[in-house]
Amino acid sequence: MPLSKRIIPCLDVDNGRVVKGIKFRGVKDAGDPVELAKTYCDQGADELVFLDITASKQDREIMKSMVRKVASVIDIPFTVGGGIKTLSDAREILLNGADKVSINTATVKTPELVTDLMKIFGRQCVVVAIDVKRNYEVDEKNEKHTIMHGPERDFYFEVMIYGGSKGTGIDAIQWAKKVEELGAGEILLTSIDADGTKNGYDIELTNAICNSIRIPVIASGGCGSSDHMVEAFKKTDVDAVLAASIFHYDKLTLDKVKKYLAEKGIRTRL
Amino acid sequence: MAKIAIFDFGAGNLFNLHQSLLGNGARSVDIIRSLRELENYDGLVLPGVGNFDSAISSMQKDSALMNAAVDKGMPILGICLGLEMLFDRSEEGILEGLKILDGDVLMLPKVKVKVPHIGWNNLRIVNTGSNLLKGIPQDSWVYFVHSYHIEPQDDKLIAAVTEYGSKLPVVIERSNLFGTQFHPEKSGKIGAQIMKNFVNICEKNE
Repeated sequence: MPLSKRIIPCLDVDNGRVVKGIKFRGVKDAGDPVELAKTYCDQGADELVFLDITASKQDREIMKSMVRKVASVIDIPFTVGGGIKTLSDAREILLNGADKVSINTATVKTPELVTDLMKIFGRQCVVVAIDVKRNYEVDEKNEKHTIMHGPERDFYFEVMIYGGSKGTGIDAIQWAKKVEELGAGEILLTSIDADGTKNGYDIELTNAICNSIRIPVIASGGCGSSDHMVEAFKKTDVDAVLAASIFHYDKLTLDKVKKYLAEKGIRTRL
Repeated sequence: MAKIAIFDFGAGNLFNLHQSLLGNGARSVDIIRSLRELENYDGLVLPGVGNFDSAISSMQKDSALMNAAVDKGMPILGICLGLEMLFDRSEEGILEGLKILDGDVLMLPKVKVKVPHIGWNNLRIVNTGSNLLKGIPQDSWVYFVHSYHIEPQDDKLIAAVTEYGSKLPVVIERSNLFGTQFHPEKSGKIGAQIMKNFVNICEKNE
């Protein structure tokens, strides 16, 4: 039997508080990351991801204490990302109880960070987040780009940094292979094209990456319903899906989503 | 009530393990860096973070004390890397293992499965008399993160297996020596029960 597919709620944290509308019955303080982490854990989340969206300097202290509190109330793995630039940033988060750190922009700027982290903490601690957007300015002569054939125009998958705002010219497929070699344990793959659309995960991108590497991939961006998760698991070899907004209200709780996935033949932990 | 030591390889996150032992009945839990202090404790946990060679070198000077603790029947639980270290050698490193158990540690077969093996998988219990797995239902979900797996010479050690490419031995038990390839401290309620079982075994040994 294969591994179960993981469903991972993502919480955006700003200044120690969860942002974006979150409404649960029975949750006293909808902005408290610790209380929400516990709720998700009790509902059957397979893992949690916290993304620090401010990542200012004083925020790092707040984040550290949040990580410690979260680690003392949940007994499932959790990842912390956002603003991790150096080995010591990552170390602080891990020593305070996070199981993994997710690094993004820093990986592009200093790729050896991945290897350093892997050597000290082990591959399993290192999640490399790759934000990807289709770039239609294709240069046929550039051998570093894998040209994809769209219905209208050709493109390549470009790695974006600074929260998806800045292009790098780096081909995402090549980049995924490279970070696998450097020591990444997992890839958190976000489609900037799909993000926020609620039209479903980016199947084309997810397939392109999953078929190029042998480490687990988490798909992110575009999820608006349980059916989008079913689609991602049926059409790609992805190991986990990340979703934010769909879990933030009582109507679509994790236990309901997982039950639905199981009915559709997806192996989940119930 | 049991007093338990966690050996620190210097590789990081022991907080979760510490919390988990305390939350599941241990009276006190200390993080130790030398096994000379071991006689003050009722049980020892070898944690599952770090890499093989650096973990082995952090323990090398204490290997005689480690062997003595095993011989005396002190309850010992190795988690993930902490389990792998008990064997002769590992493909992850060049140093010799602790050689408490006969067998090798091999890399998971990349051609067949994704490596690392990350996520929730089912336990198939083969030793139904296992003390560590007391009260754990067949096919329970537990959380794995590892790239290497153990290959014990003696099949009788194996208390449970998991299917990942092939049948991997993932729980071992030999009198008071225990090991899990998965992380009980991260495996929800099932993991908590396993931790409770270990704490209870330590208590009996007090």
